Amino acid sequence: MHNKTIIQLAQGLRSGEFSSVELTQAFLKRIKRHQKLNTYITISEDSALRNAKAADVRLANGNPELLTGIPIAQKDIFCTEGVKTTCGSKMLDNFIAPYNATVVENFNQAGAVLLGKLNMDEFAMGSSNETSYYGPVKNPWDMNTVPGGSSGGSASAVAARLAVAATGTDTGGSIRQPAALCGITGLKPTYGRVSRYGMIAYASSLDQGGPMTRSVEDAAIMLQTMAGFDEKDSTSVDLPVPDYSAGLNNSIAGLKIGLPKEFFGDGLNSDVAAALETAVNEYRKLGAEIREIAMPNLNLAIPAYYVIAPAECSANLSRFDGVRYGYRCENPADLTDLYTRSRGEGFGKEVKRRILMGTYALSAGYYDAYYIKAQKIRRLISEDFKNALAQVDVVMGPVSPTTAFGIGEKIGNPIEMYLSDIYTIAINLAGVPAISIPAGFVKDKPVGLQIIGNYFAEDRLLNIAHRYQQVTDWHLQPPKGFE
Amino acid sequence: MSLTTDEVKKIAHLARLGIDEQDVESYARDLSGILELMARMNELNTDGIEPMAHPMDQVQRLRDDVVTERDNREKFQTIAPQVEAGLYLVPKVIE
Repeated sequence: MHNKTIIQLAQGLRSGEFSSVELTQAFLKRIKRHQKLNTYITISEDSALRNAKAADVRLANGNPELLTGIPIAQKDIFCTEGVKTTCGSKMLDNFIAPYNATVVENFNQAGAVLLGKLNMDEFAMGSSNETSYYGPVKNPWDMNTVPGGSSGGSASAVAARLAVAATGTDTGGSIRQPAALCGITGLKPTYGRVSRYGMIAYASSLDQGGPMTRSVEDAAIMLQTMAGFDEKDSTSVDLPVPDYSAGLNNSIAGLKIGLPKEFFGDGLNSDVAAALETAVNEYRKLGAEIREIAMPNLNLAIPAYYVIAPAECSANLSRFDGVRYGYRCENPADLTDLYTRSRGEGFGKEVKRRILMGTYALSAGYYDAYYIKAQKIRRLISEDFKNALAQVDVVMGPVSPTTAFGIGEKIGNPIEMYLSDIYTIAINLAGVPAISIPAGFVKDKPVGLQIIGNYFAEDRLLNIAHRYQQVTDWHLQPPKGFE
Repeated sequence: MSLTTDEVKKIAHLARLGIDEQDVESYARDLSGILELMARMNELNTDGIEPMAHPMDQVQRLRDDVVTERDNREKFQTIAPQVEAGLYLVPKVIE
């Protein structure tokens, strides 16, 4: 059952081949058997079985939706009423969310079964899932390597078939990079497409939730439930949501693909480059035209991002003060001691590093030199994308310069870790959508291909990615031991 | 551009963020390295470029001034570290 797509499972539930309770039990059993991956922070066994039972009733009485009775999991950044929502931090280890994120509410309405909450880098700050208070997640393709981050628990769980599909969030690559490193499909929608209400904020002008699945077909179904205008999110965009599954099979003959030369220079592992070349050739066979393009400001995306994201993080995380919810230190001497120690003891090292960096960049005398300068560069990077997408339909490139790296390999060197985000970060600065799909293996480790599209062209991206999955089988291959 | 340990302590104070004395030096080293990375932004002349705060260049949406939320005080206070009579308790601030 665990290798089936959402549509196959929905058919099985309707034909009576299995019930949602049986399906949910099968996944719960797999989750327990593979606990060494450390993908789940919370397993909601009781409520999952209760909801599966309700889904079976809904399936029998008519009016089910495609996701009714399908077991999924949420990144532990989405507030889930009555369930511990930690954001991977000691700060929220005792936090039982008092309300649902809109994304969670949408899946509840659809009748999806929530298996539990997935591990992640603390407050989504990290590229390896090693900054989690709950310990690192392991990559099912090689237990000694990282799954990527920050949505590492989501990527590992989906790859290991410990959930049919999962949600993730992407501020600088946090859906796409773990998807690439774990050999699954991950879509970061256009900024504003998916509600951020109840999604614990890291960098508000960059954060965006999206689906993480085994196939593009499943991603289209998940996005359908996630996307849409939400008046509770002040930056939600009020545009109609298209039917994401309707155009999946459209022909892509004549598609114009741009390859930015800045994406294929030094720093990209040559084996990864070769795998991507093969993938691009597959598109050529499908009738696409390939041309080289220039995006001259991409090389400044990392410095600009590591000003803007920490600046927004330092403002967003000021809400964790030990007063209203979350961790509070023992025996505070006075109010300043309460703030300082609660935050000092509740946050981990990478979060502190970014709060310090952001506080510095926003402080008197440095604001123009760092924050305003970075925002000007953000404008130029965004114009690079606008110019590129006026010449071609989509831009393709790598997701990560290498395949999954070793646990412990980069965590001691924050700058080296930041540099591994080189191909994903610019997309968040511009706000355009991008998808990572499996495009082969290098030494038995998955490689991801990134496809970047125009604002709100998720349907087109899904179509282009789906056509590739119809002529390749990389996305169908399970990691050894998780078949 | 590099940061001294005193500057790190000053920033930590601005952020009301406790950091262990033994870690101050490593933060100073890390942050100095990050500042060096950021200095690469100066390679590019950005005179006359409008700063971009938001991908959609949106302005804040307005809504009618009507009540839309219920009072959830009791529910929200069940997860608070310390409350009394509907109030959040903190150490005494006025002697």
